[in-house]
Amino acid sequence: MTTLKQLGVYGIYGLSFFTLFFFWHIMATYVTPSVLFSPPLAVFVKAFELALSGILFDHVAISMQRIVIGFLLGSALGFPIGLMMGNFQFVKHFFEPYTEFFRFIPAIALITIAVIWFGIGETSKVFLIIYATIFIVILNTMAGVMSIPVNKIRAAQCLGANRMQVFLHVSLPATLPYILTGMRLAMANSFATIVSAEMLGANAGVGTMLWTARLFMLIDELFVGLLTLGLLGFATDRVFRYLIIRFGGKYSVVA
Amino acid sequence: MSFLEFKGVEKTFWKDKSSSFTALSDFSLELEEGQFFSLLGPTGCGKTTVLNLLAGFEAPTQGVIELDGAPIAGPSRDRAVVFQGDDSLYGWLTARENIEFGPRMRGSRRGERAEQSKHYLNLVGLRGQGDKHPQELSGGMKQRIQIARVLANEPKMLLMDEPFGALDAQTRRVMQSELVKIWQTTKKSVLFITHDIDEAILLGTHVGVMHAGPASKLKTVIPIDIELGRDRTHPRFLEYYTLLRGLIEEEVNKSMLQEVES
Repeated sequence: MTTLKQLGVYGIYGLSFFTLFFFWHIMATYVTPSVLFSPPLAVFVKAFELALSGILFDHVAISMQRIVIGFLLGSALGFPIGLMMGNFQFVKHFFEPYTEFFRFIPAIALITIAVIWFGIGETSKVFLIIYATIFIVILNTMAGVMSIPVNKIRAAQCLGANRMQVFLHVSLPATLPYILTGMRLAMANSFATIVSAEMLGANAGVGTMLWTARLFMLIDELFVGLLTLGLLGFATDRVFRYLIIRFGGKYSVVA
Repeated sequence: MSFLEFKGVEKTFWKDKSSSFTALSDFSLELEEGQFFSLLGPTGCGKTTVLNLLAGFEAPTQGVIELDGAPIAGPSRDRAVVFQGDDSLYGWLTARENIEFGPRMRGSRRGERAEQSKHYLNLVGLRGQGDKHPQELSGGMKQRIQIARVLANEPKMLLMDEPFGALDAQTRRVMQSELVKIWQTTKKSVLFITHDIDEAILLGTHVGVMHAGPASKLKTVIPIDIELGRDRTHPRFLEYYTLLRGLIEEEVNKSMLQEVES
């Protein structure tokens, strides 16, 4: 994409946000004015206050730290398991009951048990994010391996590649786009999980911020929390997309 | 002893314990080094099975296949395959890197590889296209990469499975005459699978006709005695065409009768 086009896209993004805030303002000020529905300006002022005092950044930092650690660990664990499941029938059938069973138990259902086991500290949060990440990465990696056209493997075999070379030079690069897509989906899932986990058992984080705001009826602060989450998710996904294109460019079909 | 021999080969596919399908039965074929053997037959007669067995992708149920005196056990760089579609190319590699894949796997030096890929890029008419990725190239060009890729690996023989089947008529013509030129410079032994009579005569030093499936075998082998760079309108060409069309039609009719009966 040319730089000009790129700028145009950001322009449209900006316009899109502006439209949201505009209608929000109209709704909150003229249509349904209420203490329970803060107008955007009040929210921005509150956000500014919280940012200045550093509280907002503390919450964001702790949430992001949990997400990043759990997400990286979950991906690092899920990736080899998915590869093995895709490549070896035995491993696939061995792990399938677990993946098929646990992927229907959402991470939020495990919050209580995680807090009982690991306390309200970091361990329980990281555990939950790993849990939220690992199955998506496993399933996508496995699907990637299994969707490699048989001719790609056969071509390598009759060009003289041995099993290890077929794996390293064909299976792995052919699966990479699926793995990256799986990681991107897992990232979204991690966000959902961390907020619930922090609401139910944590001392800090964006989820905790939302929960305390609810307790004390701080509607402005609640909106700041929601806005922060949306922006964080959006930014994280952009960064991830950028990394995919920058470093996985030739392996990727995502754009 | 011939360069390539199929001796009484049978291939049966088992769906489950009670139902099976015998694609080839008592299939024999002999091919001398340097021949371009077009294997012709009606759809579903087991042409691709012959190629898969020779490539080593599948094992025969009975019988042996020997290349250069050695029985075939699994795929090897002796027998390189040019596939029909383009899904065998590696989209994350450039055309040049695709061509260098085989030499790279056996650890040949970078400089040597570069020379080889350059040579074969030129040979297949892809000069200056080496840095493009397959998905940036047209269908015909992708097949050129495939051909260059197998040639760069210096196999004992080439196996081609309707490599131009998915191309438009015009591109197919161009590729056919290019292949004739390439074959004339390399003189590799080729097994070329096709259902197109015209293509079989145009390319082959020999045309083998298969019986209709199931339990198919080779019906006859006809040497094509016309100078290469063949003209489709030449009377000799038309003679071969009429002869082969007659043979194929017999088989097509037989298989249609079988279908009606069952």
